[in-house]
Formats: sequence, C-alpha cells, structure tokens
Amino acid sequence: MLNPWMFVGLFLIVGLLIPVAAIVLSALLAPRKPNPIKLSTYECGMETVGDSWVQFKAQYYVFALVFLIFDVETVFLFPWALALNALPFFAVVEGIVFILILIAGLSFAWRKGMLEWV
Amino acid sequence: MVPVSYYLVVSVILFTLGALGVLIRRNALVVFMSIELMLNAANLAFVAFSRTFNSYDGQLFVFFVMTVAAAEVAVGLALIVAIFRSKHSIDVDQLSSLKG
Amino acid sequence: MTQLDFYTLLPVMTLTIWACVLLLVDLFILSERRGLTAILAVVGLLVTMGVSISQMGREATGFNQMIVLDGFSNFLNLLLLLTGLLGIAVAYGYNRRMGIERGEYYPIMLFSLAGMMLMAQASHLIMIFIALELLSIPLYVLAAFAYPRPESEEAGLKYFLLGSFSSGFVLYGIAMTFGATGSLAIPGIVAAIADGTANTSLLLIGAALILVGFGFKVAAAPFHMWTPDVYQGAPTSVTAFMAAGAKAAGFAALLRVFVVAFPTLSDQLTPIISVLAALTMILGNVIAIAQTDIKRMLAYSSIAQAGYMLMAFVAYGNPAVQAVSVASALFYMVAYTITSFGAWGVVIALEKAEGKGLAISDYAGMGKKYPFLAACMTVFMLSLTGLPPTLGLIGKLYLFRAAVEGGFITLAVIGVVTSLLSAFYYLRVVVNMYMKTGDPEVARETWLDFTIGATALLTVVLSVVPAGLFAWASQALFIALK
Repeated sequence: MLNPWMFVGLFLIVGLLIPVAAIVLSALLAPRKPNPIKLSTYECGMETVGDSWVQFKAQYYVFALVFLIFDVETVFLFPWALALNALPFFAVVEGIVFILILIAGLSFAWRKGMLEWV
Repeated sequence: MVPVSYYLVVSVILFTLGALGVLIRRNALVVFMSIELMLNAANLAFVAFSRTFNSYDGQLFVFFVMTVAAAEVAVGLALIVAIFRSKHSIDVDQLSSLKG
Repeated sequence: MTQLDFYTLLPVMTLTIWACVLLLVDLFILSERRGLTAILAVVGLLVTMGVSISQMGREATGFNQMIVLDGFSNFLNLLLLLTGLLGIAVAYGYNRRMGIERGEYYPIMLFSLAGMMLMAQASHLIMIFIALELLSIPLYVLAAFAYPRPESEEAGLKYFLLGSFSSGFVLYGIAMTFGATGSLAIPGIVAAIADGTANTSLLLIGAALILVGFGFKVAAAPFHMWTPDVYQGAPTSVTAFMAAGAKAAGFAALLRVFVVAFPTLSDQLTPIISVLAALTMILGNVIAIAQTDIKRMLAYSSIAQAGYMLMAFVAYGNPAVQAVSVASALFYMVAYTITSFGAWGVVIALEKAEGKGLAISDYAGMGKKYPFLAACMTVFMLSLTGLPPTLGLIGKLYLFRAAVEGGFITLAVIGVVTSLLSAFYYLRVVVNMYMKTGDPEVARETWLDFTIGATALLTVVLSVVPAGLFAWASQALFIALK
C-alpha cells in the first residue's frame, strides 16, 4: 500500500526537477553572443535611463505601512462576511463598527497627507 | 494523522531559533524578523493544540496574533526607517548614545 | 450580547471611543491651539473616571466571562485614570517647551491607557494578550515621540525590540497554557487544573514563560536591561507615564493570572519569584548609586520598586495571606504612582532642551532658589526611600508585613537592607539641593506646579491617614468565577 505522503514527496521531486532541467538545458543549448544592448536592463522596451540601483523615495514606505495594516485587518472581515447570514443582528453591527474604526484610521492617514503621491 | 507532538517540536525549534536570533543578530531588521518567528512559533502551537482539543479558541487566537503582529510591524518598521535616516545604519550595537 | 456585557467594559469602551474621536477631532484643531486636544483628553478621562466611580462595588462578568468587573479591576481602573490625568498634566507644558507638541500625543496616550485598563479587567488569555499589545504599541510610539532627536528614536527602537521580544514570551507561555489545559479562559484553566486533566509540566512551562514576559514589562531583574536606556531616552513626560502605568498594568495581569489561575503551581514558582524579587531589589538599588543622570537614577529606582512589589507577589499561592498581599501590592502601586509622578514632575521642571539640566549636580542650589520645588522633591525622595512622613514608608510597611506573614523573612530583610542602601542615592539629591550652591533654572508651568504640589501633599497626607486607602485596597478582591 502506498503511503499517501508519497504523492507529496513525488510532487516535490518532479516540481524541483522540471525547472532545474529547463535552466540546465537552456544553459547548455543556448548560443551566447552578448552585446551591450542585450545586456542592458529590460524596461518594457524603453531605453534604460541611469542605474537600476536607485534609492526609492521614502514616501513609498508610508504607503506600504498603511497598506500593511489595512490588508491584515481584513482578516476579521472574511469570517464575518462568510457567516453573515447566520449571525445575530448584533454581530453584524459589531462588524460595521469595526469597519468604521478602519475608516477613522484611513481618514486620519488621508488628512495627514500620507496618501498624497509626491 | 500526524501527532500533536510533532507540531510542538517544530514550534519549539522555531521559537528557540527566534529567541536566539534576537540575542545573537545585530541587524535591527533581522532581530525584528526573529521576533516575528517567535510569534509564529506560538501560532503553530495554537493551531496544533486547537486541533487536538477540537476547540476553535486556538485558531481564533491566531487571527488576533496576526493582526496584532501587523500593527507591531508597522510601528517597528517606521521606527527602523527613522533610525536609518538619522544614523544610516540599523546595527543595534551602534545604538549607544544612551549610556550611564 | 446583553447590556450587562457592555456595562462591564464601559470604562474601557468610553475611553477608546473618546480616543478615536479625539484623534479625528485633533486633525481640525489649528496647531496654535493644540492645548485644546489636551483639555479634551482630560475631559475624556474625567468622564471615564465618573463611569468607573459609578461602578464601584459592583461585580459582574461579561462577554462569556472574558471581561470581569470586580473590586480589583475597579481599583486599578481608577488608579490608571489618575495616572492618565497626571500624565497629561506633566506633558502639557513640557511638550510645548520641547517642541514636540503634536496633537497625536494625547489620543495615543489614551489608547495606551485603554490597554492598561483592559488588562486589569481581562479574564481570558486572548484579552490579556490584546490588552498587553494595546498598551505597549502606543508606548513604543510615545517613547520615540521626540523624533528626530536620536536619543528618543533610539529609546523607541530599543523599547520596541525588547517589548515585542517579551510579548513573544507571553504569547508562547499562553500557547503552552492552552496546550496544558485546553482552555484560554481563566475559569476554564482553573477547572482543568481542578479536574486534574491539565498537563502539569506543560502548564509550568507556560506559567514560567508568562512570568518572564511580564517580568520584562514590569522591569524586574534580570529582564530590566532596557529600562534605563528607554527611561532616559524617551521624552520625560512619557517616561513618567510609562513608569507608573505600564508597571501597574503589568502587575495587574500578573496578579490576576497567577493568583486566580495558577495557585497550584506556587510550590515550583514561589522560589523563582522570590529570587527574582531579591535580585531586582538588590540590582536596582546598587546600580542606582553609581548614576549621575537623574533620569537613569530614577529608572534604576523604578526597577528597585518593581522588586518591592514583586515581594508582595511571592506568597500568592498561600490563601491565608493572599488577600493581604494583593491589598498591599495595590497600596504600594498607589504610593509609587503618586510619588514617582511627583519626582518626574520635578525632573521635567528642571529639564531644558537638548537634554540639559538632567545631571544630579544640576539640582545644586534648588533649596535657596526654589524652596517649594525643593521641599516637594525632598518629600518624593523620602517617600521613595521609605522614610517618614511619607506614603512610601506606609506602603513598604504593608509590603514587609505581608512578606513576613507569608513566611518570607529573608526577603523582608533584603527589602529593609536595600531600602537603607537606597537612602544613599535618594538623599544625595536632597543634599545637592540644600547643601551645595548652584544656580538652577526652572520652567514654571501652572499645571506642572500643580501636579508637583498635589502629589507632594497627597504623599504626606495619605501617610497620616492610610487606613481608608488600605481598607479600600483590601476590598479590591478578585471576583469568584464559576
């Protein structure tokens, strides 16, 4: 009798083998004729300007932080939304209160100018 | 079915790795990631125990831990960015302006 | 859900809603009129205090016994609200003077306070964890509030890293407790232990981890290393609030969890706690002697005070002395809150921009130039040492009595000896003020002066008539949960 975990193992092995085989094959078979244009950074067909190692505007990180909070807080909304039909009226109101608190946070960030793209 | 002790062993290993990371590593970001590892070790234990006891309390707790951890991450990253701006380093050994 | 559920949690909810609204209202207050936010925050605290006073003597549980309202939580709620009021009073002028008058300060403080109050009312480990984080995360922000001052940023990061490290321990301890008993509610844990279905070794590990985590929070040795750095680097108004509030909340959770849920583990835990208490008293007092910066000195002093409070906690498993231990711990918390706020208030009065005016030598000549402030500071130093005629003495007497009654005579002796030792550094401040010549410069602010004067008066007056307060603390019992 096969152990059910065999499939997981098999899946892992095959899953690793296929990409490795593809990379090795292309390394072996592909012709190599580099020139400066081929080596340049690919930017959707536009010509590259400057170095690819640039400092990002610190403004981005505030977006990231705000996103981080709101993204994770929605974890409470999924079970709430799924069980909405079975919930008593009060639990529905509680969910709405939770959303209102999130909105309060969002409007705070908005008013503080954190959502402005500089 | 995998017995709960297996999960517990993994969780203890993760927790120890996290605690060691906090004590050994010097980069504030890595220290911070180690702390997250500790929290997630606890999450693993919660889910495993929750399964054995057939109670949802543990799983529920994991939700709360995740969201609380996110709030912590936001504050922590903001602090690390602020420190990096003024010191151009996040090595915790260089945080030594407070001494006495 | 019934109205009773909300009634049990009413103080915390009032404060939370007020803080949310204040956060938004503050956005529309002009920066020249920032004082308005502080006044609104005070109004919120007073309203909450009214709610809390109306709940005096009531006992109830709510939200499936996750939240309890009992004498203990009511006492602590009122103490914490007082902490909040004092915290705003000392911050009001200081923040303006230091150029950190940002409106978020007060809502963030109220959020932290709501977490502390939730901690006093929580009777479920999920609630305790959430309360712990709700009180800690705003404090991380407040510690770094004077950004871009590097000391403040550094204090914030250090507090954050060690604070979340300790939360990790608490969380893992909760996980182990859950694994041992199959329940996260304190009544459920008690029932599982009583049935004998609990896994004792797992439970012990859980309790020890929770103890370590809260040891960090209340700054008990050997988990105290963050305290001096954070207390020194954070804005002094924040330090004052943090020293009193976080400590009271941490001890509240420790007392409730250990006294109610883990009394059967006291055989194994009592030796550990007594070693912690002794170590904390000795380390805090000895290192404080070497300090030249007043903020660091008071930080080590607060570590030492945590040691005294831990002493009340040692006999928690002994039902005969449990009530008197809890009462004396609560009494000492009140004494410490009032006294330490006064002392930090004087520090705030002398502090100048760029961290000047914080050396103990800067206090030279205070007695001549500012007799009122010097007299108040003397009262606070006497109280922290435990000398008459102050509240600190009475608090220590109750604590030592509880320790002796619990059979921990060695600990009581260590307490007395370290108190004598502490006279050395506390009285050095007094000597500096009266015996040395200097020209200190003090900022006079109405609310700050009022706070210093009121806390000094309370320290002396309450020491003359402590019986009422102690009787109240003795009635602050835990609700019996089925």
